Amino acid sequence: MKPPAFAYHRPGTVPEALAVLAETGHDGKVLAGGQSLVPLLNMRLAAPAHLVDVNWLAELDEVAVDDQAVRVGAIARHARVEADPAAAEAVPLLRQAIGDIAHATIRNRGTVVGSLVHADPAAELPAVLVLLGGNMELATAGDGTRRVAAADFFLGPLESAVRPGELATAAVFPRPPAGTGSAWVELARRAGDYALCGVGALVTLDQGLRVSAARAALISVGPAPVPVDLTGALAGQPHDAADWAAAGRLAAAAVDPEDDIHASAAYRRHLAGVLTARAARAAAAHALTRQEGAA
Amino acid sequence: MTEVLHETRLVVNGVPHTARVPARRLLADCLRHDLGLTGTHVGCEHGVCGACTVLVDGRPMRSCLLFAVGVDGAEITTVEGCRSPDGGLGPVQQAFQDCHGLQCGFCTPGFVTTITAWLREHPDPTEEQARQAIGGNLCRCTGYQNIVASVLRAAELLREQR
Repeated sequence: MKPPAFAYHRPGTVPEALAVLAETGHDGKVLAGGQSLVPLLNMRLAAPAHLVDVNWLAELDEVAVDDQAVRVGAIARHARVEADPAAAEAVPLLRQAIGDIAHATIRNRGTVVGSLVHADPAAELPAVLVLLGGNMELATAGDGTRRVAAADFFLGPLESAVRPGELATAAVFPRPPAGTGSAWVELARRAGDYALCGVGALVTLDQGLRVSAARAALISVGPAPVPVDLTGALAGQPHDAADWAAAGRLAAAAVDPEDDIHASAAYRRHLAGVLTARAARAAAAHALTRQEGAA
Repeated sequence: MTEVLHETRLVVNGVPHTARVPARRLLADCLRHDLGLTGTHVGCEHGVCGACTVLVDGRPMRSCLLFAVGVDGAEITTVEGCRSPDGGLGPVQQAFQDCHGLQCGFCTPGFVTTITAWLREHPDPTEEQARQAIGGNLCRCTGYQNIVASVLRAAELLREQR
């Protein structure tokens, strides 16, 4: 349970980091918070020849909020984003979901961008990015930065669109539309464990407090986050008496979970329905408080 | 293969140390093997059990998921640093003794460091909050009831000190 030997690089600037990543290519791996990578190294499930430690790149330690989005730099820790009042006001789903990521001790070191790049199908933040329609900023030496939409970023279990030589420098979480509330709901066998199923929901209410749009994204029920449009089940219904169970049925029909040692596929599908209904109801209640707060 | 050694400076419990370590040396192993501070215990070695929790610049982190080189220059607090200034038991350690919060003691260093940091921000916790605070640490002996009691007792001792 000790990591294999590797060459350690500690670049002081982003261009230096990109130069090392360009040079090491497939043999190079970025070390950010390390809360997913180091267990893989300790268990020798990964053995990169070079680790590029980006924790010293102060320019990437950023949580910036503007009228469009929350932009999270590559080494901003979960705990920092969770505690940031401006980020929580702009995109409440961030704080709602981050609270369910592992334990506080892990959140003190793990990074938001690292979690996205790791692309664990049981991780919360990929679903948050997909649900909000966010994007990732990926930098390459001498080649500038490309933006990849969340919908194109998560390719499969532990597989994201980051190419060898690229560094994910930031994630951008757009503010949801006016009148929108959000919620995160998940079920795990013990607090802090990977979710058996987790659901993020966004519900938008019109002036008459009826649902005008509703969407969800689910984790642990597919190789990547599963987005589901719930609008067809809920549109036009009152914020406090919509057919939440119908929304749940849409989600249960949209997912294709597999059996594993933690839960059967049928149980995960059941959870997808129940938790989506709960998340949509909670998001509608949250939308009401957001509208009352704005009034 | 001869591994490259990196000079790494750590201030552990207020005392500056320099160690020459390979990049893959975990902070937990650096503390125990290179610095001889064996209070930090190594349990699962993949971030699940919490036994190796130390404070890095005041915040609890898993020392089995950090490379020593990665926290070069940091201030580390281990369980040895949680004693009282006179060298006796610190308030959290005293509370564990008062409430029988340990049996075999293997997990205790991780609990003591985690609780020490947490009580700074939550000086007057409820039982429910105390239970959540220790959610990231495993204990196979106590059944946790006496550890929850220890958190509340430590808060009480700290309030008496103020």
